[in-house]
Amino acid sequence: MSIATSTLRGLYEQMLLIRVFETEAERQYKAARIGGYCHLSSGQEAATVGSTHALDPGDLLVTGYRCHGFALARGVPADAVMAELFGRVDGCAHGRGGSMHLLDVSRGYYGGWGIVAGQLPIATGLALGLVRQGRAQAVLCELGDGAVNMGAWHESLNLAAVWRLPVVFLVMNNEYGMGTSVERASAVTDLYRRAASYDLPAERVDGDDLLAVAQASATLLAGAREERRAAVLELVTYRHRGHSVADAGLAYRTRGEIDEHIQRDPIFRVRALLAQEGVSDDELDGLMGAAEEQVAAAVAASVASPPPAVSTLATGMYAPGSAAQFAGMLPGAPFGERELVFAGGLGE
Amino acid sequence: MSTTQAPPQRAEPVDRPGFETMTYREALRLAMREEMLRDERVFVMGEEVGVFDGAYKVTAGLLGEFGSDRVRDTPISEEGFVGAGVGAAMLGERPIVEIMTINFLLVAMDQVVNHAAKIGAMFGGEVRCPLVIRTPNGAGNQLTAQHSQSFEGWFAGTPGLKVLAPATPADAKGLLKAAIRDDDPVLVVENLAIYKERGEVPLDPDFITPIGLAAVAREGTDVTLIAHSYATVRALHVAERLERTHGISAEVVDLRSLRPLDVETVAASVAKTSRAVCIEEGWPTYGVSAELAARIQYVCFDDLDAPVERVGMAEVPLPYAKELENAALPNEQRIQAAVLATLGRAA
Ligand SMILES: Cc1ncc(C[n+]2csc(CCOP(=O)(O)OP(=O)(O)O)c2C)c(N)n1
Ligand SMILES: [Mg+2]
Repeated sequence: MSIATSTLRGLYEQMLLIRVFETEAERQYKAARIGGYCHLSSGQEAATVGSTHALDPGDLLVTGYRCHGFALARGVPADAVMAELFGRVDGCAHGRGGSMHLLDVSRGYYGGWGIVAGQLPIATGLALGLVRQGRAQAVLCELGDGAVNMGAWHESLNLAAVWRLPVVFLVMNNEYGMGTSVERASAVTDLYRRAASYDLPAERVDGDDLLAVAQASATLLAGAREERRAAVLELVTYRHRGHSVADAGLAYRTRGEIDEHIQRDPIFRVRALLAQEGVSDDELDGLMGAAEEQVAAAVAASVASPPPAVSTLATGMYAPGSAAQFAGMLPGAPFGERELVFAGGLGE
Repeated sequence: MSTTQAPPQRAEPVDRPGFETMTYREALRLAMREEMLRDERVFVMGEEVGVFDGAYKVTAGLLGEFGSDRVRDTPISEEGFVGAGVGAAMLGERPIVEIMTINFLLVAMDQVVNHAAKIGAMFGGEVRCPLVIRTPNGAGNQLTAQHSQSFEGWFAGTPGLKVLAPATPADAKGLLKAAIRDDDPVLVVENLAIYKERGEVPLDPDFITPIGLAAVAREGTDVTLIAHSYATVRALHVAERLERTHGISAEVVDLRSLRPLDVETVAASVAKTSRAVCIEEGWPTYGVSAELAARIQYVCFDDLDAPVERVGMAEVPLPYAKELENAALPNEQRIQAAVLATLGRAA
C-alpha cells in the first residue's frame, strides 16, 4: 500500500504515543495512582493504529478491555484517557469506568467492555442501528483470540451474516488468552477460517505490518459500509507484556520467545520505513520526545483533576426523569436506590 | 566452637496437633487434593487452572500432581464447560468447575439455573448431578462495574441448587469437601479478599463442615450480626471494636450455608439479643439480607426490639474511582453505624 509520508509519520506518532502512554501507565499503577486491572497492548500498536486508521469519522468502534491504544488511536485525548485511569472527573468516562471501560461517543467509540466476547453482540446491534437509521457506516469490533471460543462469537457472526450487518470483527490474535495459547484453546488455530461457517469474508494479516493492516482493514470496512458485508479480520500480533500489569507473563511462555518478538517490534519497522522515505534520525527522535511530553502533560492534568464527588455515586445510572419513579421507595435502609437517586445522582 | 549467639527465636505460634495454620486459598487447595486422592471420579476444570496455576492460584500445583486428565485447562467458554460439568456429573463423575470470578458465571447461568438445578426434580430423582462450581465473589480493588459483584443471592434463590459461602480457612476446607461429596449441584462462593486470610485448619482428611449449619462466630448479648463470606470478617472486626469503644456485646452468626439456610441458629441468636443486622457484600435489595429479614420477622416477631437492619453494597453498578468505590462498599464504618442505629445509640 502506498501511503503519503506525512500520513505514515502521523501513524508512527500514534504508535509512539500508545507505547509511551502505556509504559507510563504501568509506572503510575506501581505507584498506586492507578488501580483495578491495567491491560497493556505494548507490541500490538501496528494492529491497533492500522485498523483504527481505516475508520471513517462516522464509523463506530467497540473494543474489549485492552483498550488504551484504541482510544488514543481514535483520537481520544491522552489527558482524558490518563485521567480515566486515575479515576478523575476529567476522564473520558468521568472516572467511573477505569482502564477497561474507556469510551468517547463523540468519536464513535462505544466502549471498552470487560466480559470476554460481551462486546460482540453489542457491535452487531450497533450495526443494526446504523442500518435502521440509513447511515452508510461500519462498526469495527475488536476482540481477542480467546473470545472466539465463546458462544457470543458464533451468535454474533451468524446474526451479522443473516441480517447483512455492516460490522467487521477484528480478532487481535496475540497468541495467548491469559496463559492459554491459541493452540491449546482453539480447534482451528487459523481463527479467520471460522468465518467460513457463516459464509463471511475473512482475512489473516501480519498484525505487526502497519501498512498491511491498514490496507486489509480499509478493504473490509469499505465492504461493510458500501455493501453491508460483515467480515472477520485476524491480525497476528503479540503482547510484549503480561496479561495485565499484575502478570509477569513468564509462566506460560519463555523469555526467549518474548525477546524474539521484542526484536521485531512493530515500532522499529515503521521507523525503518520512515527512514527509507528520508525522514532523519533527529526528526524521528524528536517525535519520541514529543510523545513523552504529551504523556507527561497527561499525567499532570490527571493529578490536577479532582475525583468525582461521593454525592454523585449514582450519576448516570438511570435516565433523567427517573427520580419520580423511585419516590415510592421510602427512605431508610438499605443504602438504596431512592437515597442515591434523590441525592442528585441523576442530575435532577 | 562458635561463640556467636543463637538468633533470637521468633515466637511462631505452634499449631495444635492435627491442625495447621494456612491461608483460605491453601485450605481450598488441600480440600481438592484430599478429595482427588480419595476419589478417582473427582477432577478439576476451568480457565487457567493448570499451566497458569489458577488466576488466583487456588489450584497451584494440582496439574503437576494429578496430570492434565484430572486438571483440565479450558478455553474461555463458560457455558460450554459448566454444561460439560453437568453432563459428566450425570454419569457419576465428580467435576469441580472453577469459574474465574462469579461475574463470569452469568455467561453460564442457563446451564446452572435452567439445567443443573432442574435435574433431580424434573426427572423424578432418576438421575443426579454431583457437580461443584467454585468461584470468588467480592469487590474492593477498583475492578469496576463488571468485575465487582456478589451474585450468590441469585443462586441461593434457586431451588435445586445448594449454595455455600465459607468465611474462614477451616470452613473453606470443610465446606468444599462437603460439596465434593454431596450428590447435588453445589455452588461454593469464595471471596477475593479472604484468599490470603490465615487460620487454623484441621488436617484430618475426613473433616468436613456439614452443609446447612451456621456457626456462632462470636458470642454476644446485645445485638446479632448475621453475615456470610467476607462480610463475616467485617462483622467480627466491628463487633470487637464496639466492645472496646461502646461496651456493646455483639454476637456474630456466620451463615456458611445460604441454601439450605440455618434459620434455627439465626433465630436462637436473635431471640437472645432481640436485635438483628444483616450484612452482605452484594446488593441488599432482593438479596440474602432480604431473605434473612423476612425469616427473622416471621420467626422472631415477638422477640424483636427494633426493625431488622441491612447493610450491603450501595445500589449502583460499582464505579471505578477509589473514593466512589469506598463509599459504596459495606465497609466497617457503615456496618457500625447500622448496629448503633439498631441499638438506638448515637454514633
Ligand atoms: C466471560 C469471561 N470469562 C473470563 C474472563 C477473564 N478474562 C479476562 S481477559 C481473559 C483472556 C482473554 O484473552 P484474549 O481474548 O486472547 O484477549 P487478550 O487478553 O489477549 O487481549 C480472561 C480469561 C472474562 N473477563 N470474561
Ligand atoms: Mg489474546
